[in-house]
Amino acid sequence: MNRRIFLKSSAMAMVGVGSTPAWLSRALYAADAPSPRKKILVAIFQRGAVDGLNVVVPHGEQRYYDLRPTLAIAKPGSGNDSAIDLDGFFGLHPALKPLKPIYDANRLAVVHAVGSPDPTRSHFDAQDYMESGTPGRKATADGWLNRALTPEQKKSPVRAVSFSPDLARTLRGRNEAVSINNLNDFQVRDTRGAATFESMYSSTMDKVLNGTGRETFEAVKLMQSIQKQGYTPAGGARYPNGRLGQSLKQIAQLIKSDVGLEVAFTDVGGWDTHVNEAPQLNRLLGEFADALAAFYQDLGDRMADVSVVTMSEFGRTARENGNRGTDHGHANVMFAFGGDVQGGKIYGDWPGLAEEQLYENRDLNLTTDFRDVLGELVTRHLGNRQIASVFPGYADPKFRGLIA
Amino acid sequence: MRKSLALTAAFLCAATLGAKKKTDDFSLFQKKLSKDEQILHALDRLTFGPRPGDVATVKKMGLKKWIDLQLHPERIKEDPELDKKLAPLESLRMSQRETAASYPPPQLIRAVAQGRQPLPEDPVARAAVERLARRFKIKKNEGDSDPMQPAVPLDQLLTREQIRTLRTGTRDQKRELLDAMPEEKIDDVVVAMPPGMRNQLLGSASPVLRRKLVLANAPQQVIFQDLAEGKLYRAIYGNRQLAEQLDDFWFNHFNVFFDKGADRALIPTYEREAIRPHVLGKFRDLLEATASSPAMLFYLDNWQSVAPNLVRRPAGNRPQRGLNENYGRELLELHTLGVDSGYTQKDVTEVARCFTGWTIRNPQQGGDFFYNDRVHDKGEKVVLGVTIPAGGGREDGEKVLDILAKHPATAHFISKKLAQRFVADNPPPELIDRMAKTFLATDGDVRQVMKTMLESKEFFSAGAYHAKVKTPLEMIASAVRATGAQVDYAMPLANQIGQLGEPLYRKIEPTGYSSANAEWVSSASLLGRMNFAMALTQNKLPGIKVDASRLPDDPSKAAKAMMFRDATPQTKQAILKALGDKKPTPELVAGLVIGSPDFQRR
Repeated sequence: MNRRIFLKSSAMAMVGVGSTPAWLSRALYAADAPSPRKKILVAIFQRGAVDGLNVVVPHGEQRYYDLRPTLAIAKPGSGNDSAIDLDGFFGLHPALKPLKPIYDANRLAVVHAVGSPDPTRSHFDAQDYMESGTPGRKATADGWLNRALTPEQKKSPVRAVSFSPDLARTLRGRNEAVSINNLNDFQVRDTRGAATFESMYSSTMDKVLNGTGRETFEAVKLMQSIQKQGYTPAGGARYPNGRLGQSLKQIAQLIKSDVGLEVAFTDVGGWDTHVNEAPQLNRLLGEFADALAAFYQDLGDRMADVSVVTMSEFGRTARENGNRGTDHGHANVMFAFGGDVQGGKIYGDWPGLAEEQLYENRDLNLTTDFRDVLGELVTRHLGNRQIASVFPGYADPKFRGLIA
Repeated sequence: MRKSLALTAAFLCAATLGAKKKTDDFSLFQKKLSKDEQILHALDRLTFGPRPGDVATVKKMGLKKWIDLQLHPERIKEDPELDKKLAPLESLRMSQRETAASYPPPQLIRAVAQGRQPLPEDPVARAAVERLARRFKIKKNEGDSDPMQPAVPLDQLLTREQIRTLRTGTRDQKRELLDAMPEEKIDDVVVAMPPGMRNQLLGSASPVLRRKLVLANAPQQVIFQDLAEGKLYRAIYGNRQLAEQLDDFWFNHFNVFFDKGADRALIPTYEREAIRPHVLGKFRDLLEATASSPAMLFYLDNWQSVAPNLVRRPAGNRPQRGLNENYGRELLELHTLGVDSGYTQKDVTEVARCFTGWTIRNPQQGGDFFYNDRVHDKGEKVVLGVTIPAGGGREDGEKVLDILAKHPATAHFISKKLAQRFVADNPPPELIDRMAKTFLATDGDVRQVMKTMLESKEFFSAGAYHAKVKTPLEMIASAVRATGAQVDYAMPLANQIGQLGEPLYRKIEPTGYSSANAEWVSSASLLGRMNFAMALTQNKLPGIKVDASRLPDDPSKAAKAMMFRDATPQTKQAILKALGDKKPTPELVAGLVIGSPDFQRR
């Protein structure tokens, strides 16, 4: 726990949870002004393998239109449902319109033909590899985002938060991480129980349970004080109602509360579009873009400390299938946005979609390892230089210059 | 063979040296426990927590005799109550083929309804798919993630009044309404309900109706619920407690993951036939049973592994195949020798080559193991210095298992893991060495290894007493046992265990769950334990009843009634302070005891 949190939580304990006047929070914030604010990394997993070729569309390549007679997104400028041009060759899916201003402000970067080098087309294995950060190795016990945290003496109990029912694989490991479905749930619900358990766990001679017990009740107090203050997103941001939007809203709330959040994880499913892909992708990408754009808007200046990265276990076949859908493929697309992201650019070499350029004659080929992207964020954004222990077995990631 | 002996000696040396280097203080493991403490300790460790009366039973029988009986579960009469609880859980008794056929994946139902796939040929599968497919109205071009709509909507099946009862009625009103409906109508009603309504009814439904509700939500979920409920009923009601503990240990050691595709239908058979019969048997038999089980072959991809020189250029959409080392690697690292025991990447590859051809016939249909000689690597292999000559077949894999089962590193690794679960996170090296010696001398006889451990002074020592933090499964099962709760539906317990971080049958990684204390002590998990304690004792979990009126309301007496020892002064103090001068209610006191730091230890 750092000094700011300590001050804040002890002062709150003095005045009683929930009755902290706004001036006190500000004063506490000011008291801590000399200490540098922590950088924050938010990771979003699109489970089910999103069709990257229809997310960031290679409209400059005719072969794309040959491979996808019914599914291809029309060239920019050819009506309502056409791609939104980015650089004359690539364009965004029309549902991603809310992200275009972030791209234009040079804060949103696209990495194409990126993914895991492991050839598996099993959702289960590929998600597992991407979350552990060790493609091809099943027994890795912890996740890359947990290893991205640097061990600290005084740590915030909410430095690593997974917005999911269970603690996500990505965040499991040696460093304490909590899973929170909803900030409201993070407490002892029975009020008589709450006070009694706090007294038991803070007085017990059991060293293991005493240490974590104390931290737990400190975190509960923090969460409750945040909750009591209520939350109105800034800048007129409107989060969509789905789980992704609500998770990002709560992540924004935690970031702005200065409780020591360093990494957050959330996920969104439904991308496995084997049948009748177009309307599903339209709906999913719309919500995805609305949620991300609201987060960017809400954080405003605070975005200077924050980076968001998106990933999905693998891409989908370059060719559409007989059911107006696509099947499991290989390379995919990732987004990164934030204050220190060098955006307004598409990163990665484009392998092309000609028959001989495809991976196993069917999928987009891989030219960037996903660990190059994550590794750069961990090193240059979070400032963790121990990259070899974050991505064991991947000693030499190639940074693309995504981060200033 | 000579080379392997030399290696063996090297392994033994490394193991002992490693232990000598440690400067840990093991003196507490020399300090004896009192007679009463010994009994409580044995119950804490070898069962899923003592029930009222258990201490007296062991005392009367004699501790030694009780342990001996637990080591021979076949001599223990099972509780008829348990059989009654297990009876409705049909999938636990099915062959894997029947399981796959009876609980089709939702994609198959949709594909059939859309005419993209013919009805399955298997009569059981055909009936199961037909039954569900005709009750849904599935549009031609909807995708897999669109929710399926019922063929007949709810408001055409029921009156408005009846729908309101299902939404907002009391448990009894709902049950009465559902019980009065004819079978055929119930099936339509269940399908017509939105999934949220089905979930809400689970707590008030009869076991038969509950299965229908789950089946309509997701057929394969029935298999999962049967597994989880079965495991909990055995842990809570079973008399063969040590066998249940070891079933959990070995399943976890040879972990497979429920949600990996075909494994959903394969796991009930896996636990019943590959794990359960061998929990106190020979380690070599466990290795054989798991290595040749469709569940493990699928989970670690060995079923797709073929000789490397057989790799064909993929034609069309056929994925490329070749040697897959996943099983070979985990077999060495997790199942037998342990990590850093001296094997090399070359050994992993050679082991994988030996197991090429160990595969499954039609895994999605719950197919059996079969050895496919056409894809077996016929070349010579060298595993841990032992040459396996060219031209072999299935026996190449058997030879690998022989080498591994007899290996001193395996004996040490398995002994240590058992001691970490049953004695302490960091067990004394002398104890591990004695257990490993028994392992090697008895050809890997688990019962004998357990006996060595249970007869040791270290097991009944102050170093072991309450040294372990309960895992979520142990915490929740022991709370139910201690309070004498009646469980008519175990899924709410399984869900709680999942929320505490140990989702049953859903550990993704082949490592299984750790038994180390640090793994189970986190903020979210501690809060979860406290919330569970209050919910359980206030009867807020549907299907689980605690009769708190049977429990004392005096805090000291209540603690003793559920923990079979005195609460620590700090815990007692906190409870007394909470009560103030109000009259204590037994529910509150029980909740505080179950959620206390004291109760988290075993």
